[in-house]
Amino acid sequence: MSSLILRTATRLLKPLMLFFSVFVLLRGHNEPGGGFAGGLMAAAAFALYTITFDVPSARSALRIDPHNLVGAGLLLAAISGGISLLQGRPFLTGQWIALPVPGVGEVALGTVLLFDTGVYMVVLGVTLLIIWSLAEE
Amino acid sequence: MNVLLVLPILIPLVTAAVSLLAWRRPRWQRWLGIGGAAALLAASLALLESVRNGGIQTAQMGDWPAPFGITLVADLFSAIMVVMAGLVGFAVVVYSTATVDHRRESFGYYPLLHILLMGVCGAFLTGDIFNLYVWFEVMLIASFVLLALGGEREQLEGAFKYVTLNLMSSALFLAAVGILYGVAGTLNMADLARKLPQVEQSGLVTTLAMLFLVAFGIKAAAFPLFFWLPASYHTPPVAVSALFAGLLTKVGVYALIRVFTLLFTQEVSYTHTLILAVAGLTMVTGVLGAMAQNEFRRILSFHIVSQIGYMLMGLGLFTVAGLAGSIFYIMHHIIVKTNLFLISGVANHFRGTYQLKELGGLYRAYPGLAVLFLIPALSLAGVPPLSGFFAKLGLLQAGLATGQYAIVATALGVSLLTLISMTKIWAEAFWKPAAAPSVDPPAAGTGTPQDPSQHDPPKGSLALFAPVVVLAVLTLTMGLVAEPFVGLAIQAAHQLMNPAGYIEAVLGGRP
Repeated sequence: MSSLILRTATRLLKPLMLFFSVFVLLRGHNEPGGGFAGGLMAAAAFALYTITFDVPSARSALRIDPHNLVGAGLLLAAISGGISLLQGRPFLTGQWIALPVPGVGEVALGTVLLFDTGVYMVVLGVTLLIIWSLAEE
Repeated sequence: MNVLLVLPILIPLVTAAVSLLAWRRPRWQRWLGIGGAAALLAASLALLESVRNGGIQTAQMGDWPAPFGITLVADLFSAIMVVMAGLVGFAVVVYSTATVDHRRESFGYYPLLHILLMGVCGAFLTGDIFNLYVWFEVMLIASFVLLALGGEREQLEGAFKYVTLNLMSSALFLAAVGILYGVAGTLNMADLARKLPQVEQSGLVTTLAMLFLVAFGIKAAAFPLFFWLPASYHTPPVAVSALFAGLLTKVGVYALIRVFTLLFTQEVSYTHTLILAVAGLTMVTGVLGAMAQNEFRRILSFHIVSQIGYMLMGLGLFTVAGLAGSIFYIMHHIIVKTNLFLISGVANHFRGTYQLKELGGLYRAYPGLAVLFLIPALSLAGVPPLSGFFAKLGLLQAGLATGQYAIVATALGVSLLTLISMTKIWAEAFWKPAAAPSVDPPAAGTGTPQDPSQHDPPKGSLALFAPVVVLAVLTLTMGLVAEPFVGLAIQAAHQLMNPAGYIEAVLGGRP
């Protein structure tokens, strides 16, 4: 599709949507949101890009192969669960560290976020795999 | 200790994830697959060892206490099944490296295989009935894709039937879980075992038991809901058939045994008698179906159905001896059936067909293969020094002890028919002279130009034969040195018949 309006809008919207998806990912920690919703939003950004331009340019915009994204996401989720095993706690037990951030105070950083990031990557990868293989048919 | 409980799930997951990272490198995926499956087998053996020494093992996921979080539980029965999954997984992955074509490899064959193994191990280890549903789905989705991967016409037809019936079963399962939660207010199986006897509407509990019986019965391919199995198992590549034949229906049987020893034991006279009847009918219809077939893998598929009957028979008898017979039968069956499928693949590798009419002369050309076929085939029929004999003997004795003569007679008759059916494969594929038209048409079908006349038989590789030989040796071992295996099965059956230990391990003192 080569509408000028769509192309201009996409250029503006895509970074905004990606940024928002990360926001949703982080927000999911204590409020509605999380890796799944965030991953879908990020996938929507790339889907919009695919509609505006085409599949090859969307692929190069993502830079990495979605298969690898899925693999890395699964691995990240598995690792986030494994960290507690190393400390002698059951699998998937949340582990926390307090990170002092200047100006904000202490931020609690946990393996839960790592797990959610893994989910984000898997959802983004799988959704794009589906969309792109349908778009290429 | 409880790291061991997570490993059978974690290892296939990590293997699949790393294989995905190596998406464009099938060679790496092959080696990763072999390594991952070997690690799974090692972990499962360690788990069995620790359960044998330390009793029932539990692990609370995420450190949430028992009835609220998800508990992984390994009693002996679970541990044995996980070892079987590791064994079959390893054999099939090695075999796959020799038989699966590059196109399937490049579309994620190995990651899917490991996801399937993860689902199977998860189903064996979970102590939460909703979590069991989740593992079933993981397993089924992986199996749907494996079944359809490659997209051949016949495959899609088989996959369609498989998917439809299995989705129906999943829906029933989910509905039953929902009602169960409404009735008992918990999903932890140990907690359910405590609470179900106190439910006032005992009729509702029996209804639920029937829902579970139908849902798991479809997955286990029990009578009358087995049609999807022989319609689909002969269509995918033989390594996939072997894996499905070895493991998938047994997950259904496992689930049946688990819920009908732990949860639904209130109306044994009704539910377990029904299971016994289903077992008998499953045996008979399966073996009769097999008699009518003329394709190697279809015969074997119908025999799976028939054998499921034997496994359910022990559950229907509901005695320690009966369950021990069932457990031993499952161990024996998984090894033997996987092996038979792998051998059918070897025959296909040499001759390019699964049709018994076109096969023939295999004994003359490959006497070694013929011997390798005879071991599991005779074992399946229950000929004395082999594992199948002890499996059937155990079940028959248990049947006689409880006075269920009808099922004993059925089991004996079906054994004879199984032997006839195996003899048919032997006579057609191995014994009779090679089919006359094998000069041209089959050779053309395989598409390999150097496909030979009989004087120059194609060579098999190590990866093709090693799994077959190892499984055959295991069958022999289980027959000749049956004592420790039978002992293990009896111990496992004791644990199943006395669920107090299981409940105590899950809900009692938290680790």
